Amino acid sequence: MTEIGTPVRRREDYRFLTGQGTYTDDINRPRQLYAYILRSPHANAALRGVDFAAAAKAPGVVAVYTGKDIEADGVGGLPCGWLVHSKDGSPMYEPPHPVLAQGRVRHVGDPVAVVIADSLAQARDAAELIQVDYAVEPAIANAAGALRAGAPQVWPEVPGNICYDWHLGDPAAVEQALAKAARVVKLDLTNNRLVPNAMEPRAAIGDFDRATGEHTLYTTSQNPHVIRLLMGAFVLHLPEAKLRVVAPDVGGGFGSKIYHYAEEAIVTWAAAKLKRPVKWTAERVESFMSDAHGRDHATHVELGLDVDNKFVALKVSTIANMGAYLSTFATCIPTYLYATLLAGTYTTPVIYAETKAVFTHTVPVDAYRGAGRPEATFLLERIVDLAADELGLDPAELRRKNFIPTDAFPYQTPVALQYDSGDYFSTLELATKAADYAGFEARRADAARSGKLRGIGIATYIEACGIAPSAVVGSLGARAGLFEAATVRVHPTGSVTVLTGSHSHGQGHETTFAQLVADGLGVPIEQIDIVHGDSAKIPYGMGTYGSRSLAVGGTAIIKAMDKIVAKGKKIAAHLLEAAEADIEFKDGQFSVAGTDRSKTLGEIALTAYVPHNFPHDELEPGLDETAFYDPKNFTFPSGAYVAEVEIDPDTGTLEIVKFTASDDFGRIVNPMIVAGQVHGGLAQGIGQALLENCVYDHSTGQLLTASYNDYAMPRADDLPSFALSTHATLCTHNPLGVKGCGEAGAIGAPAAISNAIVDALKDYGVRHIEMPATPEKLWRAVHPQNMAAE
Amino acid sequence: MYEFDYQKAASLDDAAKFLAAHDDAKLVAGGMTLIPTLKQRLAKPSDLVDLASIGSLKGIAEEAGGVTIGAMTRHVEVQRSDIVRRVIPALAALAGMIGDPAVRNRGTIGGSIANNDPAADYPAAVVGLGATVVTTKREISGDSFFTGMFETALGQDEIVTTVKFPKPQAAAYQKFKNPASRYAIVGVFVARTGQGVRVAVTGAGPCVFRVPEMEAALARSFSADAIKDIAIPDDGLNSDIHASAEYRAHLVGVMARRAVAACA
Repeated sequence: MTEIGTPVRRREDYRFLTGQGTYTDDINRPRQLYAYILRSPHANAALRGVDFAAAAKAPGVVAVYTGKDIEADGVGGLPCGWLVHSKDGSPMYEPPHPVLAQGRVRHVGDPVAVVIADSLAQARDAAELIQVDYAVEPAIANAAGALRAGAPQVWPEVPGNICYDWHLGDPAAVEQALAKAARVVKLDLTNNRLVPNAMEPRAAIGDFDRATGEHTLYTTSQNPHVIRLLMGAFVLHLPEAKLRVVAPDVGGGFGSKIYHYAEEAIVTWAAAKLKRPVKWTAERVESFMSDAHGRDHATHVELGLDVDNKFVALKVSTIANMGAYLSTFATCIPTYLYATLLAGTYTTPVIYAETKAVFTHTVPVDAYRGAGRPEATFLLERIVDLAADELGLDPAELRRKNFIPTDAFPYQTPVALQYDSGDYFSTLELATKAADYAGFEARRADAARSGKLRGIGIATYIEACGIAPSAVVGSLGARAGLFEAATVRVHPTGSVTVLTGSHSHGQGHETTFAQLVADGLGVPIEQIDIVHGDSAKIPYGMGTYGSRSLAVGGTAIIKAMDKIVAKGKKIAAHLLEAAEADIEFKDGQFSVAGTDRSKTLGEIALTAYVPHNFPHDELEPGLDETAFYDPKNFTFPSGAYVAEVEIDPDTGTLEIVKFTASDDFGRIVNPMIVAGQVHGGLAQGIGQALLENCVYDHSTGQLLTASYNDYAMPRADDLPSFALSTHATLCTHNPLGVKGCGEAGAIGAPAAISNAIVDALKDYGVRHIEMPATPEKLWRAVHPQNMAAE
Repeated sequence: MYEFDYQKAASLDDAAKFLAAHDDAKLVAGGMTLIPTLKQRLAKPSDLVDLASIGSLKGIAEEAGGVTIGAMTRHVEVQRSDIVRRVIPALAALAGMIGDPAVRNRGTIGGSIANNDPAADYPAAVVGLGATVVTTKREISGDSFFTGMFETALGQDEIVTTVKFPKPQAAAYQKFKNPASRYAIVGVFVARTGQGVRVAVTGAGPCVFRVPEMEAALARSFSADAIKDIAIPDDGLNSDIHASAEYRAHLVGVMARRAVAACA
């Protein structure tokens, strides 16, 4: 039996499409209370006082808590999971991150008080009675601005608002190579701030069982064990044995549900205090002002080329906006998940990157689909295109000239990573052929005849997925291991439950993982149940992010199945009175090699649980195995994207005429799910390139895009039909040869679109258009007499 | 949402009397603007007076050569109406550009014009076609109905009952959508009628407005070329993170020319 490579329909979709899913807000506990969080309307203000006397007396109100209660109970701040050191060796500055403001608010949306009442409406009504005396002070929202002399200080003890000033690579070697280069191409660009916008807003329910002393948190998380560890150990000081974290069905995360958030701690703490369950569900506007945002870089890049147009050096200086506090993994995004990807698909021999992480009066910024890798890909693929333009070369040809040769793997880059496999020529060939890249100039001329500006753009990308070897990330400052765990439980009659630490919030694990088990154990897919998301059921798992589920979580399942098969062989050898070495396992049958004597997996399982005739001296009863898998390396998906766009010069309106993607994800288990992941990633990448932008008022720190009236999400009619293809080189260090596909679209699409836009506008002397490339920006680009007004 | 009392009006008379007696009561038609406003606690009406069960407010009829549309007629009904598509196809097309399918299946023409959002589509049609708004008290010309941002000529206890659209010789609506909200950044309705040409602009300013200079030029020669040199001053136009006043002024010209071309 093989289910691998088959487009098995998503088993979870029946419940989702028929409204039978159980999301956190669908859960209601007996005697449940509702929490409403009063948030700061100001970006920077001292809290001179919070008068909640009237609110506490309002109908239905059970409690009102402020930062003082949090402090009195010794509730800790939210921890940061990655320690980054500055160039001079000093550790980054880690400011406190209280779950309710202590004396000062530092961004619009910073939680000030929580009102807990019998109904949500009562809690909201009461919150309006709270009088907060804010002393409003000047704010700074823009990271570059926060570095200027005299800028408002987010943390008085952090001069210049610099969290860390980090670097990677050899600056002297890069300067020397740039000095000797035949040409140096330079560009300043920004990577626009994004709001993740999962369809399901965050929610959390705290529950406390007085009989057992057990605390339960139901939460919208991508990694319930990580939340249990962080909240139990650092915030609420609860023993993990008495803290259960359940992440039930979760409606999308894109990174934003990795982190430990204040509301999780607030409801868990309040439920224990009040001895009643407490539920909190974000309103959409709260999602905008409290979910960790993504991207927000300002970068200067220089690429040196020799006379043969080979890249000789790359220099990248980045200012990364951290927001007001450090979110759980914020600090590793613009460093170890960003600068390490700057070799891209190229043989650039020396690379130097420096990143200043900066505090501002904004929502914290952390990983969002791609996390560092989209930022790296965007600047690299833009500067390569700019180089091709300056040199009058075909951008595809310049890329091929500098690609890492297909026979050069494993390939050690100058920025720490060692790529295990790849074939950048083939994906570029597939994409350019499917896009009819060669025939483009005729289409450009056709479009010009109807007054339209057509452009074509290529982007290649590399990403580091399957995060990560724990020892490696530990040496780089990670305060967590990044293995994954799985239990494969064969029941007495042969059906199978898989308990996995990889949480599924849209990825289709319940299907893909079942395919692995159907293939590995020869069990029909209907008899396989995939369980995830409950720390009381599953082994200690690290969760889902960084396109790691199949590469790391899937491998843990394979390793657990290996143990099942090994034990099954011993049992079969006993039953069949054969040597263990002669037992073969295939399609669910344990057979004595070269004979017709065999036992099914079900028979072996029954024997394991009804061990009347069983090798008790050698084995324990049962057929239930757990494996923890720590990857040996990252995986390195790669690909090439081609975008073709048409711009109406009268209005600046842009249409994506065609979008072609060719990806190398290694082995593919379910091509339908992979296509779905690519579609979603492309939608978000195109969203970043053309539509999405989180805008703060620079002087007040007000969030100007706090609803869908102003924050433009990509919709179906903004997107073309995607032409997808894949070309596999297998990952060499996991048994499946898989690489990961969840983030690729979001990583490759922004540069492809931007390159196509600049190509369309090349007759207007345009070198770069900042994202999102709105119609007004494009119109101004073709009507330069109007540029001055901007 | 703050608490309010719900009143299901049995008749227009009932509804008007209730409004007259309760200063803080508000009418609810489709609720596509009002309900989100309530949910965000941006309005605090004492009562919502629901017009949904008043049958006389619904429906589309061909009258006096034009089209009369009941205030509670939903956008999707206008979009799909055989009558509207035959008599004033531009109006059916405009209705099909409002919001998204969910909004079009709930939102009503009466609710839209009474709310007078500066970026709503219907005001451009009402002014552009020289329609007449019929209320429980009087008939108001489209030109004098919309008085300012979210302001109309309606009195506290006055209810829109129908909108009477005369049939134009030709008409077209061109909309440049806000990429986020899908409201009009600029929408231009152009109609050629027996009484002259009308050019009505929504989205660009605080309230729908006409462009007399374009109307005069088009009356002389109904062609896109006739207005190509008419610059719209950006003074007083809306300016926000989506579009500057200058860009909006430019778009008025482009959309107007396209609407004229679409009339042909």
